[in-house]
Order: sequence, then structure tokens, then C-alpha cells
Amino acid sequence: MMQTKEDWDLIIRPRSKWFQLDLHAIWKYRDLLMLLVKRDFVAVYKQTILGPLWFFIQPVLTALTFTFIFGRVAQLSTEKMPPMAFYLAGITLWTYFSDCFIKTSNTFIANAGVFGKVYFPRLIIPLSILVSNLMKLGIQFLIFLCVWMYYYNTTDKIHPQWQYMWVLPILIIMMAGLGFGFGVLISSLTTKYRDFTFLIGFGVQLLMYGSSIVLPISTMSPKVQFLMKLNPLTSVIEGFKFIFLGSGFFEFNWLLYCFGFMIVLVALSVIIFNKVEKSFMDTV
Amino acid sequence: MSNTVIKVEGLGKQYRLGKVGAATLSSDLNRWIAKVRGKEDPNLKIGEVNDRTKVSTSNLVWALKDINFEVKQGDVLGIIGKNGAGKSTLLKILSRVTAPTIGDIKVKGRIASLLEVGTGFHPELSGRENIYLNGAILGMTKQEIKNKFDEIVDFSGVERYIDTPVKRYSSGMYVRLAFAVAAHLEPEILIVDEVLAVGDAEFQKKCLGKMKDVSGQGRTVLFVSHNMAAVKGLCTTGIVLEQGTIKFNGTSEGAIDFYSRSAYNLSEIPLEERKDRKGNGKLRIKDIIYVNNLGTRVGDLTSGEYYKIQFQFERYQQIDLKQLTFVLQFKNESDEIVTTIATDEQGTVFNTIGNTGCFEIEIPRLNFREGRYLINFMISEKLSFNTPHVTIDYLADAATMNVIRGDYWNSGILNRPKGFIQESSIKIIDL
Repeated sequence: MMQTKEDWDLIIRPRSKWFQLDLHAIWKYRDLLMLLVKRDFVAVYKQTILGPLWFFIQPVLTALTFTFIFGRVAQLSTEKMPPMAFYLAGITLWTYFSDCFIKTSNTFIANAGVFGKVYFPRLIIPLSILVSNLMKLGIQFLIFLCVWMYYYNTTDKIHPQWQYMWVLPILIIMMAGLGFGFGVLISSLTTKYRDFTFLIGFGVQLLMYGSSIVLPISTMSPKVQFLMKLNPLTSVIEGFKFIFLGSGFFEFNWLLYCFGFMIVLVALSVIIFNKVEKSFMDTV
Repeated sequence: MSNTVIKVEGLGKQYRLGKVGAATLSSDLNRWIAKVRGKEDPNLKIGEVNDRTKVSTSNLVWALKDINFEVKQGDVLGIIGKNGAGKSTLLKILSRVTAPTIGDIKVKGRIASLLEVGTGFHPELSGRENIYLNGAILGMTKQEIKNKFDEIVDFSGVERYIDTPVKRYSSGMYVRLAFAVAAHLEPEILIVDEVLAVGDAEFQKKCLGKMKDVSGQGRTVLFVSHNMAAVKGLCTTGIVLEQGTIKFNGTSEGAIDFYSRSAYNLSEIPLEERKDRKGNGKLRIKDIIYVNNLGTRVGDLTSGEYYKIQFQFERYQQIDLKQLTFVLQFKNESDEIVTTIATDEQGTVFNTIGNTGCFEIEIPRLNFREGRYLINFMISEKLSFNTPHVTIDYLADAATMNVIRGDYWNSGILNRPKGFIQESSIKIIDL
């Protein structure tokens, strides 16, 4: 017990450092992260009859709806791909992004009760959302693979680009980063200005149409195409389609732009999050 | 064992009153742009001026100011003070739930705070799942919880329901389980906020015992409570907070003594000189006196006797008598309200009121047992049917009432102290 005067384990100060990503603390709380993931997963289907089956039913129904409305009724282009495979390819990664985005954007408000009573690294909550949605993504990806295999074996419309398969994990990381970044940014702002909560539902809807989920960018004029490519989600989703279906748009320069965008966004959101987390209990 | 484990220096916390947020996005942007350009914050300047020149009209308040203290290893520190004295704010800062405005706190060792039991419990999950989740939120690792799992379940006494969702639990079971998890935390420093005020008497005893164990192991505990008995039993040192500053820092007995004396001292000040009144002042209570059955003014009261308590007033403005309500509260030495006398409850409507006079409360037989009681009074009026009460005159700790032992039952035996004398009779009947 020979400790010098300056040997403190923790110093509580008014302001934290400008950019402080305490990975060590987050690592210490990794059990909490996993338990939160488990909670999210289990609590969703408690008291339902179909249970975890809902994770399968949801994306299939969405894809069917898209196939019917956009494919059959509106007769929108699917770049000569089987509509079911085309829409599922778009939805799979998009759902991951939108789920991460919507749920993390609620971090502070939904957890105000817990945050007001106990300290733990606040970033654990958005991180746990990323991980728990990753499982959901896995399930949806499996569904997509089944449909894809079916068309791959029965038709000759699908041309997977095997040599680019290694890009897939990077695409997923980018989606995670974008969902996290936007979500955390919004959640930090909502502690003071609740207006943003109203914008999100609407904004996500708009963003979906602006991310070539429904309309492939090949059907657009070059000017609109350029604008669409500025949206980092477009390249990711088109890239996914390209890898598995052989249609769509795939260019490394644009993917690099998206990656840079994601890194800047994540850094910015963590800075703002750090600023907010210290005193948000006073304003929420 | 005289290591300092917590050192608080110049700590202060400022809150802004009133609306937060609305219409400040632009001012926030201004502030941010100014900061980026390395200029002074334009809004802060305004705030500073307001704060210094006209403090009374400023909407910034210091919930805590100039807090300095040290806690040594193994100390059990009791933090006492009235509601609004800043106890909870201090705990929140220590628990890192919110950041201080100025000053800093240095801590040695792992710190765990219990501001509430059952934080993060999910109603759909079973007791078992919630033990893991709650434990992890409080800072335990999965392995630690696993090792203590049986102990926790045993302590809570809800073995039978451990796989039932906690939403099906009774509130008592819920609290037991929640406290059981918290009680098995093993931090070097534990911060506890009145969680003991839950559960039945047996369970409370168990909790206090557990807290004693914790402090017995040489760990440091910070304990905030209104319960003077619990503070006396548990704590070694004590701090008294009053209006955001430390008024006393020393032993726990000293702190309790100081705390109760400060309340009683206040009540010794003549009412006319009291500065802490609230209300619109249409009427003011000038003095409070006790009169016995012979009409003589008395200092101490005896259980079982006849008394009148007179609240002498001066009236300055018209008051609608139909709306006039008079409420009287009695508090014991632990600052707990023991009983209330209220005119609205009794259905009393006053008929006349002069410019000077007194509210007279007639007590046929005093039911209070021996003790020192503090009196709060509130006189209010209701302006219309839908509006809340408007306070005319309110004062907490307005007077003390000293009650000494009497012979309530005329049995020749003096009544025991504390609490009330219940009108009753006892006999044996055959069954």
C-alpha cells in the first residue's frame, strides 16, 4: 500500500480530452456488450409464437412486396436480373444499415434511465447494436444466398464476380461504420434537440430511394448518377449487387471515397459523442 | 490504513434553470464557430455578466460549490443534508453520471455506485438473465457473476422464480433480486444512495448487515441517507451538506449532532427574523406559542395533557376565507414527518378573519410521546377551482415542540419515549 500522491486511478474533471476513444475501458466491459447483444436478441421474440422465425419472415416479406410493387406493378428495371434476387441483394445490406442507424440514433434517450444511474463506457450501447444487428444480417444473408443459389442453378442471368468476393467484408464494415456514425451523431444531437427524432423515420425512407435499392443507377442520367454516387451508401449497395449478380456499378475510386467518408464520419461522431456523454444527463 | 482514496478539490456544479434546448441551436452554432476560430464564447460572456451583477435574477444556480474533502481507505462516510442540499448531485458526479462544472475528484481503486437497485433490468428476461445483465452493467465480469451466482440467488431468496421473467415478480421480489446483485459487487469504493429504504423490515436488516460486512473488510463506503439511525449504525465519518456547501466535516456522530442541531437552531430564531419564508405575504405568522388548559404559556408539553397551539398572525391583504387552507406538519429528530394536521382534510372552513389574530389548534389530549419535534406550517389559498394552491406563508422548521413523558393512561406509570400513544385497551378473552 505504498502509493505516491500522484498515483490516482481515476480523475474526474469537468471536460474530457477532445478526442478520447478509451478502447481499454470498452474492452473491460466486453462482457456487458455481449450480454446486451444477447438481451436484444432474446427480448425481441419473447412472447411470440414464431419466435426467431421472425428474423426470416421479415426480409422475405419485404422482398416480395418490392418484387410485386416495383417489379410487376411499376415495371421498374432490375437490370435484367430476377427481381427477387435483385431486391434481396439491395435489401440485405440496406437493412443492416438502417437498423443500426435507427437504433443507435436512439442511444441516449432510450437509455437515459440507465445512464442516469450507472457509469459504463457509453459507446458500449451503440457497439452492442452493431453486433446484435450483425447476427440479423447473417440470417438475412443466408436467405439471400438461398435465393441466389436457386437462380444461379436454374437461370443463366446471374454472373457472380468471384475475384472481388474479398471486398464483401469491407462493404459490411463500411455499412456498420456508416450506420454507427450517422446514428451516434443523431443521438448526440437529440439529447438537446428532440426535433431530430422526427426527422429520422422520414429521412431513412428518403435515403433508401437515394441509395439505389429500388432504382439501379444505370437507369439514370449521368448527372443524377454522379449525385447518387456522392451518397456513400450507393456504391456499397451497387458493389454488393455487382459481386453477387454481376450487374450494377463497381469502381474502386468511389469505394475509396465511401471508406474515407465513413472514417471521417465515425471520428466526428465519436468526438461529438464524447462531448455530449459527460453532461447529457443535465440536458436530456 | 490512512491512505487517501478519494480527494475532492474545489468541486462545483452549475445548473441552468428553466427551458433547456429550444431556440439555442443557433447560439450553439455561434459558440462552436467562435471556438473553432479561437475567439471567446459569445454566450458565455452574457452568462457571466448576468451571473455576477444580478445573481438573484440569473437562471444559473450552483447545486454544489467549493466542495473539498478527503476520504481515507476503510472509512464509511455518511453524507447527510436536507432535500436539495446537493447530496444526489455529489453522488452523481462521483459516479461519473454527470460531469462537474469546476474542480476535480481523484480516486484510487475501483469505484461502483448504487444510485438505484435494478438498473437495466429487462422485464422480459428471467431472473437468471437479469442477474448477469445487471451485474455486467454494475461493472462485474461474466466470470465474477458466475462465481457468485448461487450466493446471489440465495441472498435474494427467490430461487423458485429464477427462470421466470421478472415482469411477473412482485415488487418485493424484484427489489430483493436487484439488491442481491448489488450487494455482491466487490469494488474498493462503494457509493450507496438510500437503497435501504426498500423491502420489508427483515430484508432491510439483511441489507444493513451486508453493508456492515462490506465496511468491515476494509473497503470504503460513501453512504447518503435521511435515516439517521442507519448513518449512526454504519458510518465512521460524516459530512453535512447545506445549500450546496459543506457545513460540517468530521465524525458521523458529530455530523448527526450538527445536522439535528442546525435544524433546531433555526427553529430557535424568532419568526420575524427568519429569511427563509416562502409565499406571497398576504398574511404572516408572527409567533407560535403553546398554551395549557389554564391558559398559561408553556415551554415543554406533557403527553396526555390538554394544549392549544397558537399561530399568531398579522394580515396585510384581503384573503378569500373559503379558499384558505392551513397545514401543519410535525417531524421527528430523524427529519421524518410523523403527522399532519390540515384544515382541508378536516373540512374546516373559516368564517371571519381580522387584521391580527391567531390560528388556534386545540389538542384535547396530546398523543405525542417524549421527543423533540419540529413544526412546518403552510398557509395557502386556492384562487379558482382549477388552479393549484397559492402559498401565502410557508416556513419549514418554524418551531420546536418539546414533549416530555406524561401519564397518558393515568396509571401512575410514565409513558415510554418515541412515536405515538394509540388510544386502546387490552384484555384477555376466552376462545
